[in-house]
Amino acid sequence: MFSVVRTIWYVLLHMFHKRITVQYPDEKPYLAPRYRGRIILSRDPDGGERCVACYLCAAACPVDCIALQATEDPTGRRYPEFFRINFSRCIFCGFCEEACPTYAIQLTPDFEMGEYQRPNLVYEKEDLLINGPGKYPGYNFWRVCGVQIGGKDKGEAENEGPPVDIHSLLP
Amino acid sequence: MKMATVYVDGRAYEMDPKQNLLHACLQLRMDLPYFCWHPAMGSVGACRQCAVKQFKDESDQHGRIVMACMTPVAEGARISIRDPEAVEFRQAIIEGLMLNHPHDCPVCDEGGECHLQDMTVMTGHDYRRYTFEKRTFRNQYLGPLVNHEMNRCIQCYRCVRFYREYAGGNDLNSFSLRNQVFFGRDRDGVLENEFAGNLVEVCPTGVFTDATLKRHYTRKWDLQMAPSVCVHCGLGCNITAAERYGMLRRLVNRYNGEVNGYFLCDRGRFGYEFVNSERRVRQPVLRGKPASAEPALEHLRELAGGSVIGIGSPRASLESNFALRSLVGAERFYAGVPGAQSRLLKQMVDVLRNGPARTPSLREIEHCDAVLILGEDVTNTAPRMALSLRQSVRQQPAEIAERMRVPLWMDHPVREIAQDQKGPLFIATPSPTRLDDAAARSHRAAPDDVARLGFAVSHLLDQGAPADLPDALRGPAEEIAQALKSAKRPLIVSGPSLGSAAIIQAAANVAWALPGAALAFTAPESNSIGLSLMEAPALDAALAAEADTAIILENDLYRRLPAAVVDEFLARFRHVAVLDCVESATTAKAELVLPAAAFAEADGSLVNSEGRAQRFFQALLPTAPIQESWRWLGEWETLDEILGAMASALPHLATAASAAPGASFRMDGAKVPRSPHRYSGRTAMLAQIDVHEPKPPEDRDSPLSFSMEGTPDQPPSALQPFFWTPGWNSIQAVNKFQEEIAGPLRQGDAGVRILEPGSQRPPFFDQIPPPFQARDGEWLLTPLYHIFGSEELSRLAPGIAQLSPQPYVALNPEEAGQFGGEVDLLGQRISLVRIADLPRGLAGVPVGIPPFAGLDLPMWSRISRPS
Ligand code: SF4
Ligand code: SF4
Ligand code: SF4
Ligand code: SF4
Ligand code: FES
Repeated sequence: MFSVVRTIWYVLLHMFHKRITVQYPDEKPYLAPRYRGRIILSRDPDGGERCVACYLCAAACPVDCIALQATEDPTGRRYPEFFRINFSRCIFCGFCEEACPTYAIQLTPDFEMGEYQRPNLVYEKEDLLINGPGKYPGYNFWRVCGVQIGGKDKGEAENEGPPVDIHSLLP
Repeated sequence: MKMATVYVDGRAYEMDPKQNLLHACLQLRMDLPYFCWHPAMGSVGACRQCAVKQFKDESDQHGRIVMACMTPVAEGARISIRDPEAVEFRQAIIEGLMLNHPHDCPVCDEGGECHLQDMTVMTGHDYRRYTFEKRTFRNQYLGPLVNHEMNRCIQCYRCVRFYREYAGGNDLNSFSLRNQVFFGRDRDGVLENEFAGNLVEVCPTGVFTDATLKRHYTRKWDLQMAPSVCVHCGLGCNITAAERYGMLRRLVNRYNGEVNGYFLCDRGRFGYEFVNSERRVRQPVLRGKPASAEPALEHLRELAGGSVIGIGSPRASLESNFALRSLVGAERFYAGVPGAQSRLLKQMVDVLRNGPARTPSLREIEHCDAVLILGEDVTNTAPRMALSLRQSVRQQPAEIAERMRVPLWMDHPVREIAQDQKGPLFIATPSPTRLDDAAARSHRAAPDDVARLGFAVSHLLDQGAPADLPDALRGPAEEIAQALKSAKRPLIVSGPSLGSAAIIQAAANVAWALPGAALAFTAPESNSIGLSLMEAPALDAALAAEADTAIILENDLYRRLPAAVVDEFLARFRHVAVLDCVESATTAKAELVLPAAAFAEADGSLVNSEGRAQRFFQALLPTAPIQESWRWLGEWETLDEILGAMASALPHLATAASAAPGASFRMDGAKVPRSPHRYSGRTAMLAQIDVHEPKPPEDRDSPLSFSMEGTPDQPPSALQPFFWTPGWNSIQAVNKFQEEIAGPLRQGDAGVRILEPGSQRPPFFDQIPPPFQARDGEWLLTPLYHIFGSEELSRLAPGIAQLSPQPYVALNPEEAGQFGGEVDLLGQRISLVRIADLPRGLAGVPVGIPPFAGLDLPMWSRISRPS
């Protein structure tokens, strides 16, 4: 008997507590920028596609839900010919972001991905690629990397000396 | 062998005192980083990466740092790999090598199978401290097969050592000095050496990478791989074929201690692209219209029920040939090779089976110490053998080094001691060969005169052999006979390439006159010997056969016989059915074309020129309706079934069935996985078609699985899909799979020999041809082979096609003087090239290159000034 009364009392008390239920979807919750939600592919500060199709994210993915194919533009800049994430398999662990050497792949604070049809959860590059650098504004892999691409000759990357003239006789 | 006891980090180990410490430690499966040492090329001590601590004795606490690769194994030696100073030293070395290393891994084709990555992780160097400028280089264009990215070089010198010293090339070198040493050519241009592709594996970094892979790049961990066998010549080098997204992506060397060892030729490595070619037959074609599989098969059955003959192929597997033979009946099955070549092959097989001379493996060829080549331009007819022959000339000089107690793995001193001395290698061919620079003497002679030289040598070796020894021949013949007689392991190399039975007979006579001599014949195609062992009548006999239908297996008759003959032959049949993987002039004439699986899509067996039966397995499942020819032709459910049927029908081929374990083979109940365990993308690669992942296909034919699931243990060598162990992602991982470094794989080398010599010497051949007589206004068209271009399938690979020669006719410069830049030959205008030393009266023409494909060479023909 006592315990029933006590329970009712507690319930009554709760009526005066501050409400923590959020009126989703009318009211959006705050999510930290590092929240691991929908994955995007970003662009470097110069507007170029950041992903260099290194396959590291795919290798890191514990559920193997990333598939891509590398290709190159005529100047030697590598990028994915296709890039597919099967979000119906993705567990949003963030390993891909961790593995990415170019900051291309990033998880975002968007979790509103519900679909009635599973095939709609298969995202291609067009669905993934955004128009900005995402969380990491400054980095451009190609400015650091030693491979020559359009607009960046040998020796023009950061910290690079001019190419050696191998025919020079000077010591 | 007496072993030495060496203490490593306080534990006693038995090591081979003929070896260096690095070799011995790796053999004991210890992890010790290295760069410049290569198991096939020995040590030079250039990179300083393999440092260990060596102690004088038990009481020595201080020790000194030595290079393991330069320190011989000695009884009682005490070394430490884990010594903190040695560890720090190795870290510092990597840090030094990395100072200028570009930030390239994500876009570097070596990544994921990079020896430099592996060694960096192994030494524990993980943080870049150097923040100054990196030196950079410009890359060079090195041709369609090998890509150059020079910034990644760590100056280990492996590339130039392989290219120049091992493979005999001279257009790759090191330039400049101090921290600016550059490895490349003096200017942009195609690498000239036929083995340049090996740089991809020899270079421990991403400086030299596979340019064909780059066009459809995939990381090693993402590939589905299977053990396979090269189909581009008769040597049957072992390869790993690799697939991704249903497409063949690349080939790499699959170590086989007896066959190819660590190296392939470029035709073999890069010829695979024919599998992806536009010219593939992908659909059945019935009367010129695409058909589906059922009506096509129905039609084939109908045709096979009537009066029918079957024409086999030396580039189809034993199984496929056997399936056709069973379908049409043994007496109506013809080998798809013209009579002349078929007789030569039969003669070779008879010589090898009945005579006492044994066929050597490529490894044995490497260790022969005197060689006579009769008639073969080996670099172009059996390329990988040329690399072995090049090592054979180092055998005799190496003995001097041995006498001076310089161990053979000390590569540089051994070469210094040898200087320019070469062991005896004699070459007798009509035109210059790429091995001439390694030869003690090269003789240029017409085919008949090559044979005469061989007969003369055999007579000098054994008086019982027939003689025709004019004075002009005596000098050279004596020199050769003397060298062969005083050798410990003499070798005769010959083959059918000049179309001369006399040459093969002469080679047999020489080998038989020298007890213990080895005899290596080249074979024109991947299964020439296997087909020959089936003892079917030649194509010429088929020309006379009466039947309504001809079923032609993986064979373009227009490359075997003159076009007019084939036209007439095909016109005689009411129905012609062809099974092939690529379109050809023959498929164009067929009423029914069935799409056959190419080597990487098929299971089957091939017999190489050594007489070794080897199995190849599917790296990818072909897209239906493409399937193996033996499946089209027969009702066998599995490979084991057809092998069983073949063993009972052709008992002398029964051993071929044991070339690899059957489909029921399991290791601890598990299959052997075709993919590495880090294979990615399984749940996404087909998601755009269906989000429900398909079950991996089952393989009823082999103990390999189409997935990454299966045994983690080392399978029998014939089933080894790829080489990988933890910490060793590059192809250098093969060290961990060998019984002995550079020796056999731990499970024994793959393949079974089915051709063993007899014990009695048959009577010597005595048909010595008369000396060659040049004719007036007529030349003997003599076949000249090209590693790139002469072989049917590799020709279709774009990279190889780019390196193939245009049709030409070659004459001695003096004889060419009467013509200009072009001549008329066989009714066509052909450009004329001059080859110094080509004997007068001969005109060299490129084999297999239209309009010379299908000609019965050598043949006499008029050559005239363009009209
Ligand atoms: S890890 Fe980054 S750069 Fe590499 S493939 Fe994935 S998204 Fe692209
Ligand atoms: S060579 Fe190796 S370490 Fe260097 S960039 Fe390429 S993968 Fe990375
Ligand atoms: S190019 Fe490769 S093999 Fe040659 S020295 Fe440099 S790292 Fe070594
Ligand atoms: S030598 Fe012959 S079998 Fe070996 S890789 Fe070259 S073409 Fe293939
Ligand atoms: S491997 Fe020993 S110094 Fe290079």
